[in-house]
Amino acid sequence: MNGMERDRFRLLMMKALDGELAGSEHSEFDNFLRDEECRQEWNAFRKVKEATMDLKLASPPQEVWDGYWRGVYNRMERGIAWILVTLGAVVLLAWGSIEAVSAIWADSEVPLIVRIAIFTLAAGIFLLFFSVIRERWFTSRHDKYKEVTR
Amino acid sequence: MKATERNDDELILRIQSGEKHAYGELVRAYMQPAYYSALALVGSHDDALDLSQQAFIRAYGAIRRFERGCSFFTWYYRILRNLCLNRLRDRATQALPFSNCVDMQETASTADDPSVSTERSMLREQVRSALDRLRPEEREIVVLRDFEGYSYAEIAELLECPQGTVMSRLYYARKHLKDLLEDVL
Repeated sequence: MNGMERDRFRLLMMKALDGELAGSEHSEFDNFLRDEECRQEWNAFRKVKEATMDLKLASPPQEVWDGYWRGVYNRMERGIAWILVTLGAVVLLAWGSIEAVSAIWADSEVPLIVRIAIFTLAAGIFLLFFSVIRERWFTSRHDKYKEVTR
Repeated sequence: MKATERNDDELILRIQSGEKHAYGELVRAYMQPAYYSALALVGSHDDALDLSQQAFIRAYGAIRRFERGCSFFTWYYRILRNLCLNRLRDRATQALPFSNCVDMQETASTADDPSVSTERSMLREQVRSALDRLRPEEREIVVLRDFEGYSYAEIAELLECPQGTVMSRLYYARKHLKDLLEDVL
């Protein structure tokens, strides 16, 4: 039996095991079974199939199903809560930072070098924030694999 | 797919127009196949529950992009599968023993003859432990076909591959199982 015939036999064997053989494939498969090696392989696979068919996945307790949707709903609700908390914290932090920087900038007693350092720090944070937002926005519009967690 | 799809389009339309509780109906319709599919991959009740719920949350977040007329479960399954494979990749120990999640069921034929019954019971026990030693992707396809009863066409849709590939993957998964059971078959 050549490689192509062997591949064909394997596909037909899977179909036969799973009851998916169509019309003429029955006789084609029967022809393969005239070969001793094929017949042995078929018998071994049939036993494996019979044994797996005697197994089933363990069912979790009924409470799992009863509380399933509630679990999903609660997690969605908490997700929204976290977004709101994060948004509020970002706004407050930004406002506090602007106020602090303005106060230091306006204070003539603060040395110039400190004022410049604060300005560069604020500019760096703004640039980082802008860069992340821009990347997220670009990804959401152009990445077709965005649903895939990397 | 396993759960009824005929009402999905109507439900999804309601969800897309902001009716959150319509999503509850959809979740209830698919929670069992979702849980069992995750279980096949990650082999743990807690992870299967967590990941199947997490996938429903992600699906809800992206529901506006869902194209009506497509199968919701197929779309959902891709999200779920990615989450499961990522969890396995992140978890150093790989899948937990799958055999803990498998029950043996007595069939009428085994109950008739005690010797046959004992033999089959031993074989089932061996198969159960052999399932632990399959790779998650191999176990996934065996579970989809032999435990969940999906057709080749449905599996091909879920795994986004041709039916020939489904049969080929099934062959190699079952061959691995057969090799592991060589002493008892």
